[in-house]
Amino acid sequence: MGKVLMKGNEAIGEAAIRAGCLNYFAYPITPQSEVAEYLTKRMPEVGGVFLQGESEVAVAYMIFGAAGAGERVFTTSSSPGISLMSEGISYIAGAQCPAVFVNIMRGGPGLGGILPSQADYNQATKGIGHGDCRMLVMAPASVQEAVEMVMNAFPLAEKYRNPVMILGDGLIGQMMEPVEFPDHLKTEPSNKDDWASNGMDHRKRSERNLVRSLFLDPTALNDNNLQLKAKYDQMKKEEVRSESYNSDTDYKVLIVSYGTMSRVCRTAIDALKEEGIDVAMVRPQTVFPFPEQAVRDAAQKESCKQVISIEMSMGQMVEDVERSVRGGKPVHWFGKCGGDVPTPEEVVDVVKSLIN
Amino acid sequence: MGKTFQRPEALSDTMTHYCPGCTHGIIHRLVAEVIDELGIRKRTVGVAPVGCAVLAYNYFDCDFQEAAHGRAPAMATGIKRVRPDLVVFTYQGDGDLASIGMGEIIHAANRGEKFTTIFVNNAIYGMTGGQMAPTTMPEQRTTTSPFGRNVEDVGMPIKVAELISALQTPAFISRQTVIKPKYINKAKKAILKAFTYQVEKKCFSLVEIVSTCPTNWGMTPLDAITWTEENLLTYYKLGDYKTPD
Repeated sequence: MGKVLMKGNEAIGEAAIRAGCLNYFAYPITPQSEVAEYLTKRMPEVGGVFLQGESEVAVAYMIFGAAGAGERVFTTSSSPGISLMSEGISYIAGAQCPAVFVNIMRGGPGLGGILPSQADYNQATKGIGHGDCRMLVMAPASVQEAVEMVMNAFPLAEKYRNPVMILGDGLIGQMMEPVEFPDHLKTEPSNKDDWASNGMDHRKRSERNLVRSLFLDPTALNDNNLQLKAKYDQMKKEEVRSESYNSDTDYKVLIVSYGTMSRVCRTAIDALKEEGIDVAMVRPQTVFPFPEQAVRDAAQKESCKQVISIEMSMGQMVEDVERSVRGGKPVHWFGKCGGDVPTPEEVVDVVKSLIN
Repeated sequence: MGKTFQRPEALSDTMTHYCPGCTHGIIHRLVAEVIDELGIRKRTVGVAPVGCAVLAYNYFDCDFQEAAHGRAPAMATGIKRVRPDLVVFTYQGDGDLASIGMGEIIHAANRGEKFTTIFVNNAIYGMTGGQMAPTTMPEQRTTTSPFGRNVEDVGMPIKVAELISALQTPAFISRQTVIKPKYINKAKKAILKAFTYQVEKKCFSLVEIVSTCPTNWGMTPLDAITWTEENLLTYYKLGDYKTPD
């Protein structure tokens, strides 16, 4: 199959099917409702399950139930909807089930707006639910990358038996771009008979499986949390992904930016280069785990005098950038969060103000 | 002569944590007997609530999932939609189903999800220590209605079986009790019907079981039975409210 021109939201739906996920539960919310509109037609064609739930709260538990039964399952939503799902995500993490959540972020807080935003960064990477739970969070910067990340998300969720989130913004969901779909994933969920409540006569073992997050015995609860921590530590070792841009120059400024915002920064870096100013960028592709080492190494380069986190939020990722740079270089922030994406010209001006 | 009475295979051989005089034990046994009689234990998945029955999976010997408070019908929906060959039941109390989980049960019933709900209504929150429930009777004293439920302030108790029966989607909805042997046989028949409708892929089924909570009512088990007959069964009337046929 060659390249097709596709809207991000529809491509995300198709990518899940190609990842072998034939179960989708969702509740409509702008700017991602096209995923549901696409899959309500597409799932019956592939013998899959499509169900529009009564709320995001309920949908999170439909996901939990399906995941607990050992089936590949995913949902898509946007910021206020993800807040409602966060209760369920905590339970899914606690019960160690695999599931994929897509957040096509819009502006907040509250109802906020329906235009692109990256203001759920902290929620996604640090506070997705009560208790010590984390998700692996991938942030695509194009429709193509969204497709690849969605397809990778399912095996990763199963590897860790943990929720995985695709953190896109409204622009990723709404824009059309050429996309080439990778081959269908062949892998079946591997170890589900060990833990999934998929029916005793479905398995070789005669013991039953329990899917639960309640551990009244403090030692057992601590043990469960230690298991979760070990998984999150393993993610930090094995799953960190980032991309560098213009980093083989003697850059004076290092930008850290992700998703749609990183594409604007790339244009700004090209424009600055034409003026003889070299600026580099580290683009986190995973925001949890955060590419600390890549950011630290790039900031430590001798030519680099300033580091700036540019994000469509009021300064959230900048805290991870500061944590990574560890005081070695000054760290700044620039961002907007009304839904209008900063322009390349604005980024150019901000960068110039740092070096003058 | 062989054994005439034994523990159902679907019940674990263990002590329960339920209080003296609580009817959860009887209801567990009836559900387990039905699972045995239909021969479905190895393809049954239960969904435990939050409340007194949160540890139900310690007493039933089949696969189980544990929901968040009120969300069992959404979880059962998820399981049943992706694995229609499984038999799925939720086991929920009145705080769980009629308060925090009212949205989930109404919509699952209205979609006609083909799972079974066992709804244990004892007119109070048990696990958290006796607070007022949506099903608490007028003037009934609880820790959050110490002078009795004031219906001017918080409205009348919710009749779940009647409420769900008002939906147009075909379903099996019944209300039973287990406070005396004569009621237990009828309750068993209703639970058997509920699971049978599911096995036959016919409809959503819910059996509300009016139950006792001597501990939080502050009564002896015997007084609790009398109080149930005089106060609950006159308001929560027994019978089949809806059948799909």
